[in-house]
Amino acid sequence: MLELKHVHKMYNPGTINEICLFEDFNLDIEDGQFVSVVGSNGSGKTSMLNIICGSIPIDSGSILVNGTDITRQRDYIRHRKIGRVFQDPSKGTCPSMTILENLAIADNKGKGYGLGRGTNRARVDAYRQMLASVNLGLEDKLHTKVGALSGGQRQTLALLMATMNPIEFLILDEHTAALDPKTAEIVMELTGKIVEEKKVTTIMVTHNLRYAVEYGDRLLMMHQGKAIIDKAGEEKKAIKVEDILGTFNQISIECGN
Amino acid sequence: MTLVLSVLEQGMIYAIMALGIYITYTILDFPDLTVDGSFPLGAALSAVLITKGVNPVLTLLVSFLAGAAAGTLTGLIHVKLKVRDLLSGIIMMTALYTVNLRIAGRANVPIYNMTTLFDNGLVKNVFQGSFAAFSNVIIIFVITLIMKLLLDWYMSTKSGYLLRAVGDNETIVTSMGVDKGTVKIIGLAIANGLVSLSGCIFAQQQRYFDISMGTGTMVIGLASVIIGISLLRKVSFLRVTTSVIIGSIVYKACVAIAIKLGMPSSDLKLITAVLFLVILVIGMDRSKRKKVA
Repeated sequence: MLELKHVHKMYNPGTINEICLFEDFNLDIEDGQFVSVVGSNGSGKTSMLNIICGSIPIDSGSILVNGTDITRQRDYIRHRKIGRVFQDPSKGTCPSMTILENLAIADNKGKGYGLGRGTNRARVDAYRQMLASVNLGLEDKLHTKVGALSGGQRQTLALLMATMNPIEFLILDEHTAALDPKTAEIVMELTGKIVEEKKVTTIMVTHNLRYAVEYGDRLLMMHQGKAIIDKAGEEKKAIKVEDILGTFNQISIECGN
Repeated sequence: MTLVLSVLEQGMIYAIMALGIYITYTILDFPDLTVDGSFPLGAALSAVLITKGVNPVLTLLVSFLAGAAAGTLTGLIHVKLKVRDLLSGIIMMTALYTVNLRIAGRANVPIYNMTTLFDNGLVKNVFQGSFAAFSNVIIIFVITLIMKLLLDWYMSTKSGYLLRAVGDNETIVTSMGVDKGTVKIIGLAIANGLVSLSGCIFAQQQRYFDISMGTGTMVIGLASVIIGISLLRKVSFLRVTTSVIIGSIVYKACVAIAIKLGMPSSDLKLITAVLFLVILVIGMDRSKRKKVA
C-alpha cells in the first residue's frame, strides 16, 4: 500500500515563476493495483512519479509505503524496491555497455556490487531465453553495445531490466511516448504481460488514452495537481475512450494545447 | 638506442598515470585536475621514503593510498559539497601543492645513490653486463603490466560495471539502488591512486623529486588517452587499457622527436600543450565525421 498524504509541492517559491503544483494532494494505491495516469501538460503526472521515487523533494506532507514513512528516504534507497522506466529510452540502459553487461548489472540489483565477476556466466542462458521471449532478435546480440540498438529495442531492454528482480513498485513514465506506434504497441503488450505475471503494483503515466483505458485496473486523470477522474474496479472496466475524451479535451484546451 | 629506451621508460611510467585519467575522463566524464597535484604527491612521498631507507616496493603502496585519499577528497568536495567537477579538482590541486612541499620539506629532493626500485641489490644481481641497460625498462614494463591487469580485472567486477555505468548514465545507478556519489568517489580514488603511483615510479627513475613535476600531468595524460583510443580504434582485439598505454608511449615519442629536431628542452611544456591541441582537434574531427556518417 502506497500513500501520499497532504502533499504540498511548489516550484520556484518566492520568484515570479512560482507555481503551486500540489496543494494537499492525497492518493492511496493498493498492493497489486495497476494505475494508468493521464492528464494535461503540467498537471503533475510526472512530478507525482518523481515524488514517489524521491527524485524531487516535497515541501510538506508524507509518503508512506506499507505504513512506513519514506518521505525523508534518499532516492537510491527507495529504488531498491522500485523498477522504473523513463520516457527517454537512453535513461534506462547504459549505451556504451553491451546488452549482456546491462542485464548483468540489472541482475545484481539488491545483491550488492562487490568484487565478484560482473557477468555470471551461468545466467547467460537465462538472459538469452528472456530476450528471445520478446521476439526482437535481441538474443543474438548479447555482445552488441546498447547504444547501437533502436529506441524500441532499448526501451524493451530497459523494461526487462527494471522488472528482472523482485520489486514492489513499477513506475512507468510515458515509457512508450518516444516510440513509433508499432513499437509502442509491442512495448505496451510486454508491459501488460509483465505486470500480469509479477503482480507488481504499477503506476503508468501515458499520453495515450487508449492505453489508459485498455490497461490497468484503475484510471486517474490529473489536472492542475488534482485527480479529476479516479475510477477503479468495475467502473474502470466500463470506461471507453469516448467517455474520457471530452474531459481530456476540455482540460487540454484550458492549458492552451 | 638510449633515446628509444628513455621513451619506453617514461612512456610506460606515464601510462600508469594515463590509465588513471582514462578512468576519470573517459569513463566518469569528470575533468579531474587533482592529478596535477597527486602525481607530485606520489613523487614527494617516494623521495622522502627512499631517503629514509624504506623498501622501494612499499613506497608504491604508500603512494597509491595517498593518491587514493586525495581522489576521495576531490570526490567528497564534488559529491557532498556539490562543487562543480572542474573546480573540485582545482581546489585539491592547489591544496596538494602545499601538502607536497610539506611532505618533501623543500622544492627539490635528489635521491641519487640510494636504494630504489631501479637501484638495489636484486636488480644488480639479475641484470648483469650488457643487460644492465635494459633493467629499468623491464622493471617498468612489469609494474605497468601488473597495474593494467589489475585495472582490467576491476573493470570486469560488479563494482567495475557500476563505475562504467555511472559515467554512461547516472540514472541507471540510482535505479539499481546504489548511491551514484559513492561510485564516483571510488572511481576518483582509484584514478588518483594510479596517478600518484606513477609519480612515485617517475621520481625513482629520475632520481629526484621536484615540486613542479606535476604541471601538465592532466594534459599529458589526456593526450595519451586520446591518442591511444582514436589511433587504435580499429584494432578491436586490443583492450582500451592497452591502447592507452600505447598512446602514452607514442606521445612520449612525439615529444622526444620534437626535442631531437632541435627544440630546446625549456620549450617542453609548450610542445606538450601544442601537441595536445593538435591531438584534441584531430580526435574531435574523427568523432564528428563518425556522427555525420
